[in-house]
Amino acid sequence: MKGMSLIVKTITTVIIGFIFIYGIYIILHGHLTPGGGFAGGVIIAGALILRILAFGTEAGSEKKSEKGASIFESIGALLFIGIALAGLFLAGTFFLNFIPKGIPLQLWSAGIIPFCNIAIGIKVGAGLFSIFLALAAVKYVMED
Amino acid sequence: MIIFLSCIILFLIGLYAIVTKRNLIKIVIGFAFIEYAINLLFALIGFRQGMLAPIITQVDMPHRFVDPIPQALVLTAIVIALGTTALMLSVVLRIYNRYKTFDIAEIRKLKG
Amino acid sequence: MTFIPLFFVLPLAAAFIIPILGKIAKSLIWIFVTLVSFALFIIALYGVAVTQQVPMLVYKMGNWPPPLGIVMAFDSLSAFMTLVISILVFAGGVFSLRYMSHYTGQWKFYTLYMLITAGMMGIAITGDLFNMFVFLEIAAISSYALVAFGVDAEELEASFKYMVMGEVGGLTFLLAIALLYAKTSTLNLADISNSLQIIGQTPFFWMVLGMMLFAFSIKAAFVPFHSWLPDAHPAAPAPISSLLSGIFIKVLGMYTIARLVFNVFGLSRANAPVFFNVLIGIGLLSIAFAGVTALSQKDYKRLLGYSSVSQVGYIMLGLGIGNYYGVAGAIFYILAHALGKGLLFLTSGSVVYATGTRDITKLAGLGEKMSTTAWSFRFGELSLIGIPPLVGFFAKYYIVLGALKIGFWWLAVVAIALSVLTLGYLLKIENNVFMKKGKAQAKKAPFTMRVAMVLLVVLIVLLGIGFQQVVDFLVGPAAHALLRGVEYANLVFGSVALGF
Repeated sequence: MKGMSLIVKTITTVIIGFIFIYGIYIILHGHLTPGGGFAGGVIIAGALILRILAFGTEAGSEKKSEKGASIFESIGALLFIGIALAGLFLAGTFFLNFIPKGIPLQLWSAGIIPFCNIAIGIKVGAGLFSIFLALAAVKYVMED
Repeated sequence: MIIFLSCIILFLIGLYAIVTKRNLIKIVIGFAFIEYAINLLFALIGFRQGMLAPIITQVDMPHRFVDPIPQALVLTAIVIALGTTALMLSVVLRIYNRYKTFDIAEIRKLKG
Repeated sequence: MTFIPLFFVLPLAAAFIIPILGKIAKSLIWIFVTLVSFALFIIALYGVAVTQQVPMLVYKMGNWPPPLGIVMAFDSLSAFMTLVISILVFAGGVFSLRYMSHYTGQWKFYTLYMLITAGMMGIAITGDLFNMFVFLEIAAISSYALVAFGVDAEELEASFKYMVMGEVGGLTFLLAIALLYAKTSTLNLADISNSLQIIGQTPFFWMVLGMMLFAFSIKAAFVPFHSWLPDAHPAAPAPISSLLSGIFIKVLGMYTIARLVFNVFGLSRANAPVFFNVLIGIGLLSIAFAGVTALSQKDYKRLLGYSSVSQVGYIMLGLGIGNYYGVAGAIFYILAHALGKGLLFLTSGSVVYATGTRDITKLAGLGEKMSTTAWSFRFGELSLIGIPPLVGFFAKYYIVLGALKIGFWWLAVVAIALSVLTLGYLLKIENNVFMKKGKAQAKKAPFTMRVAMVLLVVLIVLLGIGFQQVVDFLVGPAAHALLRGVEYANLVFGSVALGF
């Protein structure tokens, strides 16, 4: 697919970093404000999709993106299962909240929830990005 | 009561789209309607009159919240619907690649 | 007791390790999958052994007690289902090594295979209604992707049809959960059971039960809603067809219906005879209609698909009879049909791998050339028709005995008579493919495929000869777990209080 005009390309290079950081903010504050892993993951995927949409596929970087997305997706899922199993091995019950819960309403509180949010955020971001690549960017589908 | 009725109407519109429309994409959109309707119904079930959104903003807040469980269920249901819709759309795209049409009346190689 | 979450954690972790393994060392994937399924089999055996002593094990996720948190309620019926699932998953996994070499992207196949296993195991052991929905959707979405795996035109069409019907079922189930939550304010199966006993059999009760029955009838392919199955099961690759017909439609349809009707809604033949007669009617309709349609099929796997629809009717018949022999017969039939139909689909895979076609008019004379396949087919055929001492006979015997004990002697006669249909369509394949002399080009099936088939044959013969032990240790406790009815809720809360 072709990229977009020069104005869009310039603005995209400026704004992708901000969108990414906004997504990370929503993920990390998942236990304090609405949002959390899934919503933040969608925003991160939005940043990655914006880059592909603005610059087009002529730069030829979808193969690397596809491989990277697949690996990050597996890493996110294994991180989540690892946290749950760590609850099992370190403290006795599957999925137990074993990190000290701290003072409420601080960023470092609520046990395993921030880590679970991070794992979900990575997985959802990578997953939605690879759905986009499979449906729209890889060339074989709509040949006519 | 009016709001629950509107959920049912949305559900029926989606069901009508799945059953009668011939274009594959419209069938997928019908599924999206049904999922909206069910999620809306779920969120409305948890409503309690005159209470606040279930977010703790101060440490010693009186716990007068609407029911937070349906909101968690809706989150899960949205993610599942996302996965299903993505899979449906990729199958529809590949069907277009093979049959060169989106019309469901033409896609009938399997019989018996 | 910590073995209970391993049932779905092991396949889930395996499913996400496989893409990484696929980039490093492709040949290790199959060994990994076989090891994981064998480990699941060992854990399932251990679960069966444990539930002989303790009727119900409850595992609290994150240590939250039941009405607050999600629990896994593991009783004899769950142990039975996990055992059958693990047997079929292992056989299918061993079979897939050579069979899937004709397809591309094999690591994707094994990822989906582990995901569908995780979904089915999760449904079998959970004690929470929404958790059941989540695992059901995991298994269902993996099955839609697996049916469409080799992306030919027919497979995509079959998968789309299956997807639309399956998703309508899933969404109806979600709507029923929403309505049930609105009335009872809890999602735990034991707690819902208690609340529903207080509410009684009002129109609301029947409406929610009807919606759930509709949703699971689509998934289990009972007759008005079966039309996706004869397209989807032939289109899938053979190990997936054997998994789908053998255990998937039973876990997603029959196990959930049984669990909800008997344990959660608390119905039994004593307090709702009309409902159970409706179940018998659905069962008879499935057996008859699908059996007759199977007689006129020319495609090997399509015929077996209609046969699956027909045999699932027998299980519904057993559940509808409702006494100990009927329910025990239904559960025994789940085991017998899983082994038999799983074996038959694996033989179909072996035939397709060797000759490349599924049309039985073109396949003739394979009896001498593929002797292991032919003999495996014969054992599976005899078991499904109901010839002693193979395991299918004892399953049908229990169902017929149950029908006689409630006085429905005409039902016993009809059930035996309809077995003739099974004889008819299976003999059609036997004659045309394996007995006739002909010139079909074929080579012998590869070693691992033959190992998988022989494994299932050995199980059919052994479990048939030792049927009394099977009834005492596996089927009997599972039937008692269902017939306990609303005692299920007391056992769950009792186990929690006692600490296991």
